[in-house]
Amino acid sequence: MTQAGTSTWAPERQPHSPASDTEEPAPHAGAPVLNNPVLNNAVPVRHPGRWISAVVILGLVALMLQSMVTNPNFRWEIVGTYILDVKVVQGMGWTLLLTVASMAIAVVLAILLAVMRQSDNPIFRWSSWLWVWFFRGTPVYTQLVFWGLLAVLYPKISAGVPFGPELFDLSTSSIITPIAAAILGLALNESAYLAEIFRAGLKSVDKGQTEAAEALGMSDAKIMWRIILPQAMRIIVPPTGNETIGMLKTTSLVLAVPFTLDLTFATNALANRTYQPIPLLIVAAIWYLVITSLLMVGQHYLEAYYGKGVDSGQAAVAVNPAAARAAAAVAAPQQSPGTDLPKEEAK
Amino acid sequence: MTMIAEKPLVRIEGLHKYYGQHHVLRGIDLTVKQGEVSVVIGPSGSGKSTMLRCINLLETISAGRISVDGQLIGYREVNGRLHDLKKKEIAAQRREIGMVFQRFNLFPHKTALQNVMEAPTQVKRKGEDFARTQALELLDRVGLAQRANHYPAQLSGGQQQRVAIARALAMEPGLMLFDEPTSALDPELVGDVLNVMKDLAKSGMTMIVVTHEIGFAREVGDTLTFMDGGVVVESGDPREIIANPQHDRTKEFLSRVL
Repeated sequence: MTQAGTSTWAPERQPHSPASDTEEPAPHAGAPVLNNPVLNNAVPVRHPGRWISAVVILGLVALMLQSMVTNPNFRWEIVGTYILDVKVVQGMGWTLLLTVASMAIAVVLAILLAVMRQSDNPIFRWSSWLWVWFFRGTPVYTQLVFWGLLAVLYPKISAGVPFGPELFDLSTSSIITPIAAAILGLALNESAYLAEIFRAGLKSVDKGQTEAAEALGMSDAKIMWRIILPQAMRIIVPPTGNETIGMLKTTSLVLAVPFTLDLTFATNALANRTYQPIPLLIVAAIWYLVITSLLMVGQHYLEAYYGKGVDSGQAAVAVNPAAARAAAAVAAPQQSPGTDLPKEEAK
Repeated sequence: MTMIAEKPLVRIEGLHKYYGQHHVLRGIDLTVKQGEVSVVIGPSGSGKSTMLRCINLLETISAGRISVDGQLIGYREVNGRLHDLKKKEIAAQRREIGMVFQRFNLFPHKTALQNVMEAPTQVKRKGEDFARTQALELLDRVGLAQRANHYPAQLSGGQQQRVAIARALAMEPGLMLFDEPTSALDPELVGDVLNVMKDLAKSGMTMIVVTHEIGFAREVGDTLTFMDGGVVVESGDPREIIANPQHDRTKEFLSRVL
């Protein structure tokens, strides 16, 4: 195993220090080295089609911008008046709250549902399947109306033994307020979709990962939480980001509950009052775009976090050779320096 | 080779394995003594990997018994009847058995160091500092101290497999199972992994090695077992079997791989 190139400084290789530099090509003493090669300064292929399409598209964009500026029906001054209106900004806040709260609940439920779906326990598998079947199979609008009407169906909620004595009861409308109904309705519906995304993510992780962790004696919960889920997140984050942006706009359906403070309802109300629907639609669209852009930034960082070690594959971790050598020396003080260490010098 | 005790560490008796109707293992008997290096060879589909995976219950045992260090694997015997062990109890048995896979199966989202530290910190609940020192020692032992902060994707196959060996050793197992550890490696990387295994054998570790490396079997093995069609065809001193196989199937197999 020992190569001629290394034997000059490590004449006697320790039996317990396997050669590891054999994977890197050793310089050939006899090979001629070209120090000044003539670079192939080739003429690149021309792409006239790109220039033509650029001109066409830029022209169309210019036309659109021109009409937006010159067409008085856009009423940009009204957009300006209402973009920071208290009702609009509050509506944006409620919309954001609905999105974040319902997605948070949905993610927790989805992890649970996806894990239950792969469980050895058939009851868990079936209940998870049934949940997804039901909440994915009925319109979110219907579900929102239903949660809004829960107080009609069950005027009070009580806890007790089935067919036995009651322990306490509460009026439903005091618990299921419009905001609670809206969040619940959105979250339960979304959890069914996310459960399938999470299931796909968990399935995408190689079975060997579970086996390796099992062979180390890890518990099922630890294997899921520390080994499988972090790897699955790489697959789960992009479609979940998609769902979050979808949810941002689905919140406009909470009118069905009825919950009447969100961005769409607020801008609609202003539009009806001022008889100016177009500028207020633009106001709503601008705010939705702003939030979407912020969510996309967040998604970018999440993807980078869960992609570490895989997506950043060759961006080699800068190992400070001196520090690593010191660490190794601490770890193996019985070894004479120089027998093992320099071979693994960072490339 | 000098440290082998008479005491058997692993005892496999009448092991059968079915996948549905498919009868993969047809009554395997194998004993591995403390400190012994037991090499298992055989053609693909002979059941050698399945047998290995039964020892730490990555496969269920259809019939027969396996005991490690006197402890029955996977079951508890009460009044002559076998009862399945709970997952927790199975995990406890697996902690005593290290395993190295053909495809390495390192955790790709963790660095080499984190891979080696994972089980000591999470399973044995050792402190971070202790686990880090131990992990660096082990990485140094497999010649990879300088690669501690690399992710698996930044390591060659041979380096990954050596990290995988260090990861298994971090649990301080009494038995190491190797499932074709060099079969997925480029030929020039095989030697480094075999050297690490050789050193491990010299240190007195009990090892069961499923491999196609006949040279390793001859040089390091204490016993050689040839399997074919789910049965043990021949078993004994590696040098004798390789030089002078008794069965036609062994002869045929060896003539093809040598």
